[in-house]
Amino acid sequence: MSTAAPVLHGESPKAPPSYLQAGHTIKSWLLTGDHKRIAVLYLIAVSVFFFFGSLAASMIRVELVSPRGVMLESDTYNKVFTAHGIIMIFFFLIPAIPAVLGNFLLPIMIGARDLAFPRLNLLSWYLYMAGGLCGVLAIAFGGVDTGWTFYTPYSSMYSNTNVTLTIIGAFIAGFSSIATGINFIVTVHKMRAPGMTWFRLPLMVWSSYATSLIIVLGTPVVAITLLLVVMERVFHIGVFSPELGGDPVLFQHLFWFYSHPAVYIMILPAMGVINEVITCFTRKRIFGYHFIAFSSLAIAGLGFLVWGHHMFVSSQSMYQGMVFSLLSYLVAVPSAIKVFNWTATIYKGSVRFQTPFLYVLGFMGLFVVGGLTGLFLAAMSTDVHLTDTYFVVAHFHYVMVGGTIMGFLAGLHFWWPKFFGRMYPDSWGKLSALLIFAGFNLTFLPQFVLGYLGMPRRYHYYYFAPEFQFWHIASTAGASILAVGFLIPAVYLLWSLKYGEPAGPNPWGAKGLEWTIPSPPPTTNFLETPVVREEPYAYDAEAEEREDQSKEPIRA
Amino acid sequence: MKTEALHAAYQTEEQPLHHQFEEVSQQNESYVVGMWVFLVTEIMFFGGMFLAYVLYRWRYPEAWYEAHTRLDIPLGTTNTVVLLTSSLTMALAVHFAQLRNKRMQLAMLGATIGLACVFLVIKAFEWSAKFHHGLVPGPGFLWDGSVPMPQAQLFYSLYFGMTGLHALHVIIGILVIGVLALLTFLDHPLVKNDFIPTELVGLYWHFVDIVWIFLFPLFYLIPK
Amino acid sequence: MNFPLMPDQASNFARPYDALFFVLTALTILFTVLVGALVLYFAVRYRKGNRVDRSGAVESHLGLEITWTAIPLLLGLVMFWWAAKLYVDTRQPPADAMEIFVIGKQWMWHAQHSNGVRENNELHVPVGVPVRLTMISQDVIHSFFVPQFRIKQDVLPGRYTQQWFVATKPGKFNLFCAEYCGTQHSEMGGYIYALPPQEFQKWLASGGDKKRPNQPTMADLGKALYDRLACANCHGSQDSERGPSLYGLYGSKRRMTDGSVVEATASYIREAIKNPYAKINEGYQNTMPEYRELTEEDLLNLIAYIRTLGTAKAPGPVLGNAGPAQIEGGIR
Ligand code: HEA
Ligand code: HEA
Ligand code: HEC
Ligand code: CUA
Ligand SMILES: [Cu+2]
Repeated sequence: MSTAAPVLHGESPKAPPSYLQAGHTIKSWLLTGDHKRIAVLYLIAVSVFFFFGSLAASMIRVELVSPRGVMLESDTYNKVFTAHGIIMIFFFLIPAIPAVLGNFLLPIMIGARDLAFPRLNLLSWYLYMAGGLCGVLAIAFGGVDTGWTFYTPYSSMYSNTNVTLTIIGAFIAGFSSIATGINFIVTVHKMRAPGMTWFRLPLMVWSSYATSLIIVLGTPVVAITLLLVVMERVFHIGVFSPELGGDPVLFQHLFWFYSHPAVYIMILPAMGVINEVITCFTRKRIFGYHFIAFSSLAIAGLGFLVWGHHMFVSSQSMYQGMVFSLLSYLVAVPSAIKVFNWTATIYKGSVRFQTPFLYVLGFMGLFVVGGLTGLFLAAMSTDVHLTDTYFVVAHFHYVMVGGTIMGFLAGLHFWWPKFFGRMYPDSWGKLSALLIFAGFNLTFLPQFVLGYLGMPRRYHYYYFAPEFQFWHIASTAGASILAVGFLIPAVYLLWSLKYGEPAGPNPWGAKGLEWTIPSPPPTTNFLETPVVREEPYAYDAEAEEREDQSKEPIRA
Repeated sequence: MKTEALHAAYQTEEQPLHHQFEEVSQQNESYVVGMWVFLVTEIMFFGGMFLAYVLYRWRYPEAWYEAHTRLDIPLGTTNTVVLLTSSLTMALAVHFAQLRNKRMQLAMLGATIGLACVFLVIKAFEWSAKFHHGLVPGPGFLWDGSVPMPQAQLFYSLYFGMTGLHALHVIIGILVIGVLALLTFLDHPLVKNDFIPTELVGLYWHFVDIVWIFLFPLFYLIPK
Repeated sequence: MNFPLMPDQASNFARPYDALFFVLTALTILFTVLVGALVLYFAVRYRKGNRVDRSGAVESHLGLEITWTAIPLLLGLVMFWWAAKLYVDTRQPPADAMEIFVIGKQWMWHAQHSNGVRENNELHVPVGVPVRLTMISQDVIHSFFVPQFRIKQDVLPGRYTQQWFVATKPGKFNLFCAEYCGTQHSEMGGYIYALPPQEFQKWLASGGDKKRPNQPTMADLGKALYDRLACANCHGSQDSERGPSLYGLYGSKRRMTDGSVVEATASYIREAIKNPYAKINEGYQNTMPEYRELTEEDLLNLIAYIRTLGTAKAPGPVLGNAGPAQIEGGIR
């Protein structure tokens, strides 16, 4: 993307300090309004939560090696998978891409100095931390055992664990999401630089915008629903308990009304990242810009109409089920459109196999498997057998880990030099990408088989079906590889903060406003407001190849 | 848009501009858009409860009818009038803010707060009567109607849940309007020469009012 | 150690189910391989530095977009239709299905055959005979899952749910609780024993494993309860001022005071007893006492008895002096 006056201040001695240097006190971080600093705060927080969530995952996998468990009581096991689900969903995956990469990049990508409401942005981080604290305290004080779905009446009348505190945590974290969503929507509407028309927006912005719409429309519903569960639990002011004439299935409707769209809150930002990375590493304009942009909106819209596909055996009526099933097939189409457009983007590109691109390849493979297995579950009769089995577990790890986390890692590796101004060792990056891909498949492919065999999820024991053990062992073995794969980036990324090679403003030769400013960027991002005169992704693979072949490549 | 025209007319360099914005009008529009989006989230927030209401009313029409007979329609009607009037005074406050008539603006804000308090007082009377009659859901729920009616408790769960949430919004509204009035009175730079804060608070207040417009017929005026 | 790949096919649903499952699997593999191969091929062929023709790349192509929108859409619709049809089968039990009642509670399954035989965490069924389960939970939500039958149905508190199947081969199959229900969720299971019909009859006649002669049937138990609670004070063989007759009630259409018409299913009758004021019959007041203390088992027995009073289609035996002819099955 070209700007009227390229604002490259990185090298000039009079350059303003980068956002990292603008104040070194803890206070300057904790009271910052700078979207980039808030993104870093989020990055630290979500990493910590990911660590704890993964710890829980490790315990699950160890426990399931033997049909009678290894070290935990059933109660503890139940608390562990609940903690795993709640931490990973509410405190890691939902904020991960929007609040870290989105926060950092959205204003820069549209040529703004900050989000529309910086203080709201900071508030959202504090809300998130407060929610996280409640969640952590709930776990520390004995845990919760409802599963992340909090189904009534178990959660509201029967469980005697810290349900209330956990729900309050999720509730508060929900408002943090809402604050981010409002901020993004207003920013995209009102803060675009001159010339940045809607169809010149990078696709990451489109998908962040669609995500924000879902957040704004969906999160309040789950908030009120969870509040009702707390009311029922604490004050017996109930609407879900059958003892009061209430309907426990109503909770499921309200819960999934948010939580299905929430899965698109998780995947859309990752899809946004893919657009940016894939164009850069193939040096191609994106194929079918408009189709990708509108498919994000289609996913956001249709995503609100399919929640009942989580409830095919819940006793909802057959006709309800049919509508939800049909719509679930429709919502798969926009995802298909995106996948095929990305494939076409690679065609005739100039492909560089660097770390971020490896993660894109991983995303493409794993998301397709995850999405297609979603279709088994969207089909009413196949779901009857597969629901609440490991098939579902495998499906959602494919889309969430194979999709979203791959996207997150792709983005993190792509923009890491922009965040901190330093490069990481690419060979280690590639190695861990391969390990993660291999370990991931070994962990979760066996779970499809397990699910088809009938292994129910949330099961601590399976001694009455010992034939499941082989697949469980395979899965645990995979998780061990996966653990190594995740630990390596943690090490080299931290290492690079100090010892990494300085990256310069644009280490990848990428297009996009964020690459026109220094790395790390100054507090106000741009010294002069950029003027946009072009579509995004102004790459030209052919020209670059010609140039490259006439001289020595700059970077191996 | 009306607001935009008014910006041109009234807003000048006097208004402080935050660093992330290019110009005052952009800043003000951002606030207004932000407020609208926030109100959308509020609608969805109440929406979950309205859905529960619809479902159960459809399922238990008898209980709904019987239970609602215990609500005090005259008090409810009074409250509706009170709240509608407060919406009017709020709208006037915005109007006077735009005209930079500080005295009238403050008066109208004060009137709004007053009416909101009246609303809450009446609400408190209603609620305490319910407490007296054992109509509060929970283990102590007591239905002394001519006919036993277990789902009456469900009705009152929703009644207390929804009017309670609404009352909470009224209280927050009172606080926010109070702060706004205080800042206006003190000529604080945040609000000086700037009607946007008043407009935003006004939007919020109208929303609170509209929620009540739905709650009132749904709970008090159930036809047999 | 063995590594099984698919569960036994032991019910009428298993084969058609697996057919659909395998087609979906084939589609998944097809698309994964297609996308994966294309991506890898393009990426390798057009890797940086490889001298290939890169001219003429386009940014969009309407024809392609339409193609790859339409193909997934069509395939999806076919899959949806196929699956929905199968699903409808699994939800519509044949009229002559043998009925078994199942109660789920933390953390066990309790089954009751209509002749009164009960079992815990086990269920004996005949091979080749359609079986219909009517299920309810005493506490939280559970889910009745038999992988070898490819069936699963949530079991809810406060409402009956149904599931049917025909076991197609004798054997012992897993019964799981598939909806998370608390501490021992993973142990809330047992086995289904599918027996050849004669063996099953023998098993059933002997009262299961426990030898109990003259086992009262569910309807007997229900009748005893009906007498003990003096329901007949108000519910005789004919509609009276005190209450409507329950003869021919089951399956009939009832008109309520608010004008709605409700079918008297098991769930309806259960609610009418446990929560009589939820819906009131036209022409009556809510004078019936609530019987909230009745357990789910009591309720099932009462319903079983009420059903012996005749269904809408086949009016039952005459016990009082009025014949069932006066009790029309239709809307009243
Ligand atoms: C990132 C998160 C994410 C994403 C993106 C998805 C995407 C999809 N999911 Fe998934 N899902 C979850 C996370 C996610 N899901 C979670 C967490 C659960 C479990 C919750 C719980 O119970 O704990 C769940 C559960 C779940 C269920 C309920 C299962 C059950 O409990 O019984 C269903 C049922 O329909 C479903 C369907 C789908 C569908 C149809 C898609 C579609 O959007 C997928 C679309 C993508 C593709 C189809 C692939 C690309 C397309 C092609 C390559 C072209 C070929 C396409 C065709 C031929 C159509 N999901
Ligand atoms: C973002 C979401 C997310 C992520 C990333 C993961 C990651 C993983 N999950 Fe998770 N999972 C969920 C979301 C997620 N999960 C949800 C929502 C549920 C449902 C919960 C419910 O039913 O309520 C679930 C449930 C779930 C189950 C089913 C439990 C059950 O039903 O009984 C299993 C079982 O294998 C599992 C495994 C794993 C594994 C092996 C990983 C791996 O990818 C993790 C890889 C990482 C590591 C293996 C660790 C890396 C190492 C460290 C950080 C250091 C640790 C230190 C030591 C080991 C010393 N998950
Ligand atoms: C004091 C009188 C009285 C007693 C005792 C009584 N009922 Fe009822 N019953 C009624 C009345 C009146 C109605 C109709 C109003 C209604 O639908 O609630 C009714 C309705 C019913 C219905 C719904 C019938 C229909 O036509 O739709 C069922 C089923 C029923 N009763 C079962 C029982 C059972 C079982 C018992 C005993 C455990 C019992 N009743 C005891 C008065 C009584
Ligand atoms: Cu019962 Cu799980
Ligand atoms: Cu879903």
